[in-house]
This record gives sequence, structure tokens and C-alpha cells, in this order.
Amino acid sequence: MLTVLVLLPTAVAALLLCLPRRVPRAVFLGGWLAAAAAELALTAVIWAGYRTGGGMQYEQRVRWIPDAGVSYHVGADGLSLPLMALTCVLFLACAGYTWARRETRRVREFAALFLFLQTTCLGLFAALDLILFFLFFDLSIVAMYFVIAGWGHRDAARAALTFFLYTFLGSLALLLGFIGLFLAADPHTFDIVELTRENPLAGRAAYGGLVLLAIGAGLAVKTPTVPFHTWLPPAHTEAPAVGSAILAGVLLKMGTYGFLRIAMPVLPGAWREYAQVFVVVGLVSVLYGALVALAQTDFKRMIAYTSVNHMGYIVLAFGAAAATGAGAEEARRLAVTGAVFQMVSHGLLTGALFLLAGVLYDRCRTYEMAAYSGLAGRAPVFAALTGVAAFASLGLPGFSGFIAEFQIFTGSLGSRPVETSLAVLGILLTAGLFLRALQRMLLGPLRLPDAPGAGRPFPDLRAPERVAVVPLLGLGVLLGIAPRFVLDVIEPASRGAMELLSR
Amino acid sequence: MTRMEQSLVELIPEALLAAGAVAGLLLGAWLPRRRQWLVGLLACAVCGAGAVAAAVLATGAPATAFSGSFAADPVTATARIVILGSTLLVTLLGLGPLHGHPRQSEFFVLLQLAALGALMLAGAQDLLLLAAAYLLASVPSYVLAGFRKDAPGTEAALKYYVVGALLGVLMLAGITVLYAAGRGSAYPLLRTELPEASAGLTAAGTVLLLAGMLFKAAGVPGHYWLPDAVQGSAAPVAAFLTTVPKIGALAALYRLAAVPFSGTPAGWPELVAVLSAASMTLGNLAAFFQRDVRRLLAYSAISQVGYLLMPVAVAGRDSLAQPALLFYLAAYALTNLGAFAVVCALPGVRTLDGYRGLARHRPALAVSLTVCLLGLVGTPPTAVFLGKLEVFGAALDGGFGWLMVLAAVNTLASLFYYLRWIAPAFAIGPSSGNGDGDGNGAPDGAGGRGGPFAPGERTAPAAAIAVAAAALSLLLGPAAGPVLAVLDGPLAG
Repeated sequence: MLTVLVLLPTAVAALLLCLPRRVPRAVFLGGWLAAAAAELALTAVIWAGYRTGGGMQYEQRVRWIPDAGVSYHVGADGLSLPLMALTCVLFLACAGYTWARRETRRVREFAALFLFLQTTCLGLFAALDLILFFLFFDLSIVAMYFVIAGWGHRDAARAALTFFLYTFLGSLALLLGFIGLFLAADPHTFDIVELTRENPLAGRAAYGGLVLLAIGAGLAVKTPTVPFHTWLPPAHTEAPAVGSAILAGVLLKMGTYGFLRIAMPVLPGAWREYAQVFVVVGLVSVLYGALVALAQTDFKRMIAYTSVNHMGYIVLAFGAAAATGAGAEEARRLAVTGAVFQMVSHGLLTGALFLLAGVLYDRCRTYEMAAYSGLAGRAPVFAALTGVAAFASLGLPGFSGFIAEFQIFTGSLGSRPVETSLAVLGILLTAGLFLRALQRMLLGPLRLPDAPGAGRPFPDLRAPERVAVVPLLGLGVLLGIAPRFVLDVIEPASRGAMELLSR
Repeated sequence: MTRMEQSLVELIPEALLAAGAVAGLLLGAWLPRRRQWLVGLLACAVCGAGAVAAAVLATGAPATAFSGSFAADPVTATARIVILGSTLLVTLLGLGPLHGHPRQSEFFVLLQLAALGALMLAGAQDLLLLAAAYLLASVPSYVLAGFRKDAPGTEAALKYYVVGALLGVLMLAGITVLYAAGRGSAYPLLRTELPEASAGLTAAGTVLLLAGMLFKAAGVPGHYWLPDAVQGSAAPVAAFLTTVPKIGALAALYRLAAVPFSGTPAGWPELVAVLSAASMTLGNLAAFFQRDVRRLLAYSAISQVGYLLMPVAVAGRDSLAQPALLFYLAAYALTNLGAFAVVCALPGVRTLDGYRGLARHRPALAVSLTVCLLGLVGTPPTAVFLGKLEVFGAALDGGFGWLMVLAAVNTLASLFYYLRWIAPAFAIGPSSGNGDGDGNGAPDGAGGRGGPFAPGERTAPAAAIAVAAAALSLLLGPAAGPVLAVLDGPLAG
């Protein structure tokens, strides 16, 4: 079942590539849309069949390279299932959004690349073998490189190179850590479930620290946390809108998911020992990301930096979850649940924000906030949706971001009061920067940039664009008002993760 | 069966290759020029049959031939299959461009002889046989490098020959010293004798012996002939020089590490580790700003030797080393030949800029190039990724954590120059058209009718090989399970 979910997009991509180039673009886009819709339906079926609290389900294990300790092992539990669902939702939204664009270069390749990217994302969240995880991790980098380099804006080649080199460095660090785990296990294996059970580095503090350093650095690049975030703004700024949406919405989650799936359960001792590092890194990411975002004049860059801020909350929660003591059990579980919820919420909201930014670029070829003014009068739907996305992203009650951040702060406050109080300031900063951006762009007298190709009227959102953005925000609201159906899935899994951590 | 007959059975692949070379020579003297491609076909048949024979022989127990001087074990078997497979691909690559060439049959004969030398290197279990194999592998290669008889080819051959002769003499001196130190030249004898011999003599002999082996493998410090030879010689020869001698030399180095030097107190692992680090780092640094694709591939080949030396450094200490080396060798040969096949398919394009827009005109070729180059980086799921994984694991397990970290950093650095090649291939926009000054061949964009990317009838086989090699290197990764299981096994002797 999971294998079908993972491989279906690539199969469709291969089919699309077999069609001749002269076929009308509607066929390629239609194929992509149909595949993305089928994926979402498949996830829904998997979700419906998932027994809450039943641990790892839909497991499948096939011997692959027994001599190297590698197997094809996939499964889904409460930590990965919400992320798979998020992936399918976002990819469907991106397919719908691309449908709305009048002009798209090389549609066939674009659709195939995105379908392949979807395979890598779903595969990573399903992987229960370190090498399988690494495989999808690296392939997602390759696919995203081609998305940025092939369909990005002016300076895309350089941004794509930076992105590839930086994240590939992270993946190599990750690989070294994986090899360290592999050699520590007896018998040698890359299987995450076996490694988790075995806890091979218990009592080997120095070795465990080194492995955690390698894995932590690799995942931190992907997440990204300060000081490894510098690849993110250029990549986001130069990528096409749907590329940014996927990059921020799904690819960044690979880092935090890796912490939760690999670093914490397999290296519980080392994690507890160095938890303070993650708390501090998370805090710095929160504050620094928000402050730098505040200084941006480019709308898309600003959203990119708020991702650093939002991912910082997650890392902070993971660090705080290593706390021990009376009453800590409940708090830790709350922090981790909030972190997973934040991953989903951030994916939806940032995806929507990037798609809206893409609308801006589509119309006027620039992201400079100073170039726009008074858009609310000309494009009320665009303004309303941007406003909703911004308020949701800063964590207003009633939206998914609020639930997530509330849980993270409540869970972390007990064990790390100082850091958590400081991190709350991040919310204030993001509120300030979003309100300032809204005020600059949406309110006041109408002014549009007179860049080349601009000067046209600024039409409001077209129907397919609305169809892409509204469901993302709608889900954000739904999760904010009625989060239980997701939390019910996450909570048992996060409890299980915490039990593993306290070994 | 008598002992001698048994020996001959063990040597079927080598015998086939030698017979093929002789038959090719005779056939070439007799056939008209338009039919000389038959010699190439014969060479292909011989390589194919030899590889099959090697695979069949590999199912038997490890054995030795010629009084224990030649070993037939998993290392030899893998090297045989990889060398013969590579030679087969190079022969196919050479069929097109050499069609109608006055010395066409000589080309195929020389290829087979050089491959035979590499085979003997891989199986040699006696220092004297190793020296003979070295000469057999080298001399035909010198001729191949200068086969085109033009100025760059002559320079390439001369440089190659001078370096090879110098380092070969050093190696012979080393063998003499080791002979004196160990009172013999057979590896099993040396294993027992060398630990008791004078440490100074052993160390001197080892270093001198390494000089010759590193020349064949094109590892630092015996590497500096490779870029010139690769740039100056014909593209199929370049593909051969960066692949086949390396396989023989690394198999020989592994055997040396695992048998005669396994007991010596002299710091063999540390020495090889330092050479490995130097090869990968210098090769990468030199490749950074190359604009000629062949020079870039040559430096990439030097850096790859660095990774290949990692399991040699931990040979004998670690059970992961042997499958790691052999798998990486096979993966590297396939991927490197795939990249060179792309170069062969576009004979008019010599610089990175010349590849601009390849994806639009020849998408299959562009995808093959990407797969091969990312494969050389070690991106999963290509074969080299698994090789790297094994090699890194072996190094860490053998106590060379620093080397593993350095190799990872080098992998990242290598990505930069491979991407400098991939990026223009997928860029939109016309080919830059004119050569940019440093090419000493046809300028870019002047590849005859229809521009540089137009498929020509002579390059169609090369393009097909490029696609096939890329596909195989993608398949070998996921299919590594059964392959790895075969590669592990005790050495003979």
C-alpha cells in the first residue's frame, strides 16, 4: 500500500515522459493533476485504515542488500502519516496552481519532475531504513536542484548551485552519522526499527556524541536552523512559486522529521546529554529568523526567513522534550505533539503564502514590497487570502499555527522557562513583520511596479489559483478549530517517541 | 588432471585474450581495409567469452596457477569481469570513429594486449609476474595514447611513456630490494619472511613498489601524466586509460596489502591512507576550474583513485574492505565509461560551455550524462553511491575516521565541478558556438552538419552505450545485494 503510494507518481512521470512533446500541455497538466489527486485519495484511504495508537502500520520489509545491512523497509505511524497527508495536499495544490499559469516552459518535464519530487518526499516519510531514508533525502535535493535551475528566476543557476552544495554537505554529514550507527549495531544494520530497539550507542558517550553531531548537523542544514540557514533565502527567492511552496512546505520537514524519527529514538542518551544545544539553537533560530525577516524588503525572502523562525520552534520543542523530572512526562509529550502539529501547520500556511507570492510575481515580475501599495482595492480576494495566511502564520487563535505554538510553549515552559519565554517574543516579531507587510502592500493608494512587462492591470485571483490556495488555508482553519482528528493520530506516536527517549 | 592442465583451465580468460590478440593481428594483415571492423568484432567476442569464462571459473574454489604465481580468487574474478566488460565497451566505442582507419586492427589488438596486462596485474601473486604484467599493461597503452599521430597525441604518448618508464624502473628496483629482504618473490613466502626482515629494507622496497603501482592506478604522486594523456589521445583511448589499468593496479594493490604486507610492522595502512587522501584532494582541487571535459574527467579519475585506495588502506584489518573495493571498482568502471561514452558521442564538443543546450537537442544523452556524473559523485541510488557507502564503512571500521570525513568533504567538492558540467547541459539558450581558446581540436559547435548535437552515424553506437551504461549504473545500485554476496571470499594462497 505504501509502496504504491510512494511509487505511483514516478510511474506517472515516466508515462508522461514517454509522450511526445507535441501533445497539448493540458494532457501533461491533466496527468499530473490526476496523479496528485489519486495520491491524496490513496492517503485518505490509508488514513482511514490507520488504527490510532496501533504503532507502526502498513509495514513492508523486503531484503534488498543483505550484505550491506540494507533492506527496503517502509511503514507509517502517527509521526509520518500527517506529513504524508500534508505532502499529498501540497502537491495537489501545486498541480492546481500550475494549471492556472498561462505560460509555463517545458510543461512535460516540469510535471514529471514534480511527480518525481513527490515520490522522494513520500518515500522519505515512509522509510524505515537509514539508507532508504538517505536515498530519498538525496534524490529530493537533485529534483529540487533541477526545479530551481530550470524554472527559477534570473539568478537561479547560482541559487540552485548554492542549494545543492549546501544541502548535499548536510546529507554527507548525515551519511557519516548513519555509517557510524551501522557499525555500532551488532549485527551491522541500517534498519531504523532494529536500531531503535537495540539502542546501540547506550553507554558509549563519546561515540554517541560524534554520531549525534554528524546526524544533527546534517538534519540542521535541511531544517534549516541558524547558522546553517544561509542557503534558504536565495533558493526560495529564485525558485518558481510552486518550487518554493514544496521546498518550504515539505522539504524542510525532512530535517525535523529526521530528528524525531532517527536522532531522538536511536540516540536517546546522546540526545538527553546535548539537549541544551538544541534548545539554544532553536531559540536563536526563532529570534534571529524573525529579526532578519523583519529587515527584508522582498516579500518572498521575508516568508523564507519566517520559515527559519517557525522551524526554530520545532527544534526548541525537541530540545525541551529531553527534560526529566516530576510531571515532565505530560509536558514532553505536549511539546513533541505540538512540534509535529507545527510541521503540518507550517507546511499548509507557508505553502499558501508562497503560492500567493507567486501570484504577485506572475502579475508584476517583482517581489519588492515597496513597489506595491493598495492592492486590497484592486484585488480583494488576493488581499483577503494573503491577510488570512499572514494572520494564520503568526499564530492567531483559530488557526492551526496557534494550536501548534501553544502546545510547544506549554510543553517547553516547565523545563526550559527562560528560553521558552524568550522564544515567545518570536511571535511578537512575526506579528509585527506580517502586519507591516500587509499594511505596505495591501493598504493605501494603489501603486503597481512599472517593471518591464508590468503596467498591466492587476487582475484578481483566477479561479484555478483560488482552488489551489483556498483549500490550504481552509485546512489551516479546520485544524485550528477542530484539531482533534489529527492530534489523535499524533499523540500516541509522540508518547511512544518519548518513551524511547527516556530509556 | 595434471597440475599443469589445471593451471591452464584457471587461465582461460587470459588465454582467450592473448589468442584473440594474435588472431586479430593475423586477420588484420589479411583483411581489406573496409573489412577490418571484423577484428573489432572478434575482440568483442573474445571479451564477452572471457567474461563468461571468468564468471564460470569464479564459482569454483580459490586456486592458483603456474606454481602459485597467479591467483584465481574473488579478487581476480571480479577484476577479470570488470576489465573484460570495460574493454568490450571501449572496443565498441572505438568501432565507429576508427572505421576505415589504416591501422584499425592494430588498435583493437593493442587494446586486448593492454587489457591482458591489466588482468595479469590483478591476478599476479609473485613480484616478478607483477613486473611482467606492469610492462604488458604499459607498453601497448603508450602506443594507444599516441595512436592518432598528431601533435597532442604525440605529446601525450611521450609524457606517458617517460613517466611510465621512470616509475617502472623504480618499481623494478623496489622489487629487487623486496626480493633481497624477503628472500623470495612469491607473496605467501613474503608474508612469512617480511616481518622478520630488516624494516628499513622493507620500507624502501615498499615505497618503490608503490611508485609503479600508483603510476598504473594514476594516484598521487604517479598521476601527472593522466590529464595530458587523456586530453591528447582519442576519446575511446582516454576512456580506456582512465578505467582498465586502474582496475588491475588497484586489485594488485589490494592483494599486496592483504598478503605480503599484512604482517609487516612498517606503516603500510597509514602510508596508503595518506596517498588516498592526497589523491582525492589534489584530483578534486585540480578539477575545479577545468574547462575541457576530458581534462575534467581525468582529474575526476585521479580523485576517484583516492576513494578506491581507502579499502586498500584497511585491507586485512577489516572484513568490509574486499567487497567494498571490488564493488566500487565495478561501479566506477561502468559510470566512468558512461561519461566517456557521452564525450565520444559528441566528438566536436570539447569544453563545458559547448554542452550548453544539450538537454534540448539530445535529451537521452543529457540524462545519461547527468546520471553518470551524479553517479560519480555518489548520489543514490547509483552504483557508486553504494560503493562509497561500503568504502566509507570499511574506512571507519578500520580506524580511519579522519579519512572518511575527508572523503565526504571531497565528495562535496567534486559535486561542484560535476555540476559545472550538468548545469549548462540543462540551461536554456543556444550553444556558445565558438571554441573558447583552450581547445586544441575542432572548435565547439563545428561538428559538421546540423550543429554539434546532431546525431551522426558514427556516434550513434557511442550514444547507445552512454544510455546503456547510465541505465546499468542506476540498476547496479539497487541490485547490489546478490553482487555483494559474490564479492566476499578468501584470497588464494
